[in-house]
Amino acid sequence: MKNNHLPLSQSHFINGNEACAEAALLAGCRFFAGYPITPSTEIAEHLAERLPEVGGIFIQMEDEIASMNAVLGAVWGGLKGMSATSGPGFSLMMENIGLAVMTETPCVVVDVQRGGPSTGLATLVGQGDMMQARWGSHGSYEIIALCPSSPQEFFYQTIQAFNLSEKFRVPVLLMADEMVGHMSEKVVIPPIEKLEIYPRRYTLKPPGEYKVYQRAENGVPEMVKAGDGYRIHVTGTTHDERGYPFMNEETQKELIPRLVDKIRKNHKELIDTKEFFTEDAEVVLVGYGITARTLRWVAHLAREKNLKVGVLKLNIVWPFPDEVVLNLAKKVKALVVCEINMGQMVREVERAAKGFCEVKFMGHPGGGMHSPTDILEAVQQVKA
Amino acid sequence: MKTEIRIAGLGGQGVILAGYILGKTATIYQNKHATLTQSYGPESRGSACSACVIISDEEIFYPHLTNTDVGIFMSQDGYHKFNREAKDSALLFLDSDLVKPEEKDAGKLLFIPATQIAEKLGKKIVANMVILGFLARHSGIVTLEALREAVGSIVSKKHLELNLKALYQGYNYQVEKVR
Amino acid sequence: MNFQHPYSELLRTDRLPHIWCPGCGLGIALDSFCMAIAEMKLPLDKLAVISGIGCSGRIAGYLNVDSFHTTHGRAIPFATGLHLANPELNVVVFSGDGDLVGIGGNHLIHAARRNLNLKVFCVNNFIYGMTGGQMGPTTPPGAISATSPFGNIEYAFNLPHLAASCGAVYVARWTVLDILKLKKSMQEALNKKGFSFIEIISPCPTLYGRFNNQNTGVEMMRYFKTHTVHNPKANLSEIEISHGGQIVVGKFLDIERPTFMELYRKVVQERVKRTLDEKYEEKAYPQEHT
Repeated sequence: MKNNHLPLSQSHFINGNEACAEAALLAGCRFFAGYPITPSTEIAEHLAERLPEVGGIFIQMEDEIASMNAVLGAVWGGLKGMSATSGPGFSLMMENIGLAVMTETPCVVVDVQRGGPSTGLATLVGQGDMMQARWGSHGSYEIIALCPSSPQEFFYQTIQAFNLSEKFRVPVLLMADEMVGHMSEKVVIPPIEKLEIYPRRYTLKPPGEYKVYQRAENGVPEMVKAGDGYRIHVTGTTHDERGYPFMNEETQKELIPRLVDKIRKNHKELIDTKEFFTEDAEVVLVGYGITARTLRWVAHLAREKNLKVGVLKLNIVWPFPDEVVLNLAKKVKALVVCEINMGQMVREVERAAKGFCEVKFMGHPGGGMHSPTDILEAVQQVKA
Repeated sequence: MKTEIRIAGLGGQGVILAGYILGKTATIYQNKHATLTQSYGPESRGSACSACVIISDEEIFYPHLTNTDVGIFMSQDGYHKFNREAKDSALLFLDSDLVKPEEKDAGKLLFIPATQIAEKLGKKIVANMVILGFLARHSGIVTLEALREAVGSIVSKKHLELNLKALYQGYNYQVEKVR
Repeated sequence: MNFQHPYSELLRTDRLPHIWCPGCGLGIALDSFCMAIAEMKLPLDKLAVISGIGCSGRIAGYLNVDSFHTTHGRAIPFATGLHLANPELNVVVFSGDGDLVGIGGNHLIHAARRNLNLKVFCVNNFIYGMTGGQMGPTTPPGAISATSPFGNIEYAFNLPHLAASCGAVYVARWTVLDILKLKKSMQEALNKKGFSFIEIISPCPTLYGRFNNQNTGVEMMRYFKTHTVHNPKANLSEIEISHGGQIVVGKFLDIERPTFMELYRKVVQERVKRTLDEKYEEKAYPQEHT
């Protein structure tokens, strides 16, 4: 029972934020830096208590800019690291999420989304940071983002986020929301040996033969950590494979396509969606996070009325699963995109559907969830 | 079977904890599905706060209440804010010293002086346990045995006796009349 | 002829020549650092240098150690993470006044407050050099810059006073003319446990000097020579640098105070070790349900 004080493999009744924190420990996270912000604070509070129990480090930084940088420093010091925040803090992290992309520093950032912009609705749900997740830092880059719709999914996606970040050496964004973060449900924590944990891929090459940004498997360089004698140079400036900065077009042309292709060329591996009742569906509801649950309920109500309604639930939202949406667009009358913002992922759905079907949008400004009956009405209008 | 429960009161009354215990009882000790959501004001103490618990035999999709089956009200404000969402066949559990109900709810009400009982036991904050015991007796949503297990898994040894006493007193409380 | 740089072991010689202007003091600051670590025979594999952005941000990249060139102002929080992840490393933050005290000022004061075991070497040239000579938080009142063309109307930070009042355990200020004292100070800082801060006054003839009638590095160095007063006992609140005034240098503070990591080990980790077993047994009924 006391093993090494990793969470007990059993059923718990806990909220999403706690599930995320426990999953991070199982995924090997041993460093957390953060700043208190509702509705993500429970992750920091939980890890402040739990990280020392497993030999890890927790530090509350002076702001989210510092938190993000401390995580990056800790990762180059040899630990797996994470931070968690909400809208305003996520905005502050953006520059250094770019630094993580440029320096290929694996890490996980949790954004428990609330209503925005600005302070907005600090204690209430929103899904308005989805495009910020994709485009919030400057310059051209690709990133991975996941959306959990329950505490149990938050648990698994946290582990998945760490694994993907190590595999592709990109920051992975866990785009949860206030509902999922704060709601308590049954969370089954399996024994650690049943979980697939992707270890950091450290190089086997000796110093001298190793170059810090030399492309290896999947275009992803192998890692080292500070203090191991490799004498690395890591910079956010455009750099060659030795890590030396060169501010010129040639070096940029070499570096940026490689960074982008780590995701683009491995895109198939990063498709993670789930479909419900789509085999015969005429209308498919598209959503992610907490909204996906509303949509499954609507589909359930619709089927009771003999309406052929299905649901497409996006688990990995970035990179966007173009093929999945296109295939559905080719066989349905309409895709109805529901999200707790005024129109973000719907643009991706429209783009991916390539005009094969109607794409309708049902937004919500935040602070609450869609009413199932409203969505049902919209679905019925499509049919008419 | 799906039961939607609203618990409302003031911050500091243990409203959220009562919801948590219900959810844990249902999921961990009665092998059902349960979802707990909550809302509260920016104040840490004294603001209106409420917990929503849905307990179901099947997976729960939509986590908000659509048709309240059971209301537990420990403050007048909470009652006024949420009594309207209760369906006609709903059961409303009230702290009799703290809530004065409306005429129209007459058929749904069960009263217990939970806070008073808790005070007599020595600690006002176990009023939530009293009302949970009372709920177990009269609603059949959770069993006393399972509740006891859940409380034991949350409360430290030091405070267990008091909490269980409160739970049993709520369970054994003789309803004078269902008004 | 095959010349070798005397510090070729310490420098990434394949990155030379450096980008700094003639007359700039950054080379001297870097040279002092090389002298310091060469003399100490510090294990180079356990030394990490972190810089932010700006002319001095390039220092990390010229050193042949684990080196990190981060975003503007964020060298200290990056170093915080690196240090906490591997406390064996000797972590040095080498950056400029605009980077560490302007955009990164918040991190400086909090790192000092926490007494993290970091060595912060702040090269102060009174101006934003790389962006073309704008005024900053250390520009003396009255000085001309690209963004204070009528003379700077803002008060400047007094860096040793700032660092000391925020909790640094080692505080010194030298000009790049005091090369041996600077070297010694760097060695003391590297041996020190806790937040150590050295302000290094350095000439920027290309921008600060040109705006303020000191057109060459030599002129600026001559100014440092004639205006420097060595007074380690100076009252820290009285050593701000004014336009055309004295520059008080010295080692002002060298005290002991438990570091963040020492307290984390002693308070947090020890406490956890002591109470962990009880914690998982204190609940009335252990959960074994699955």
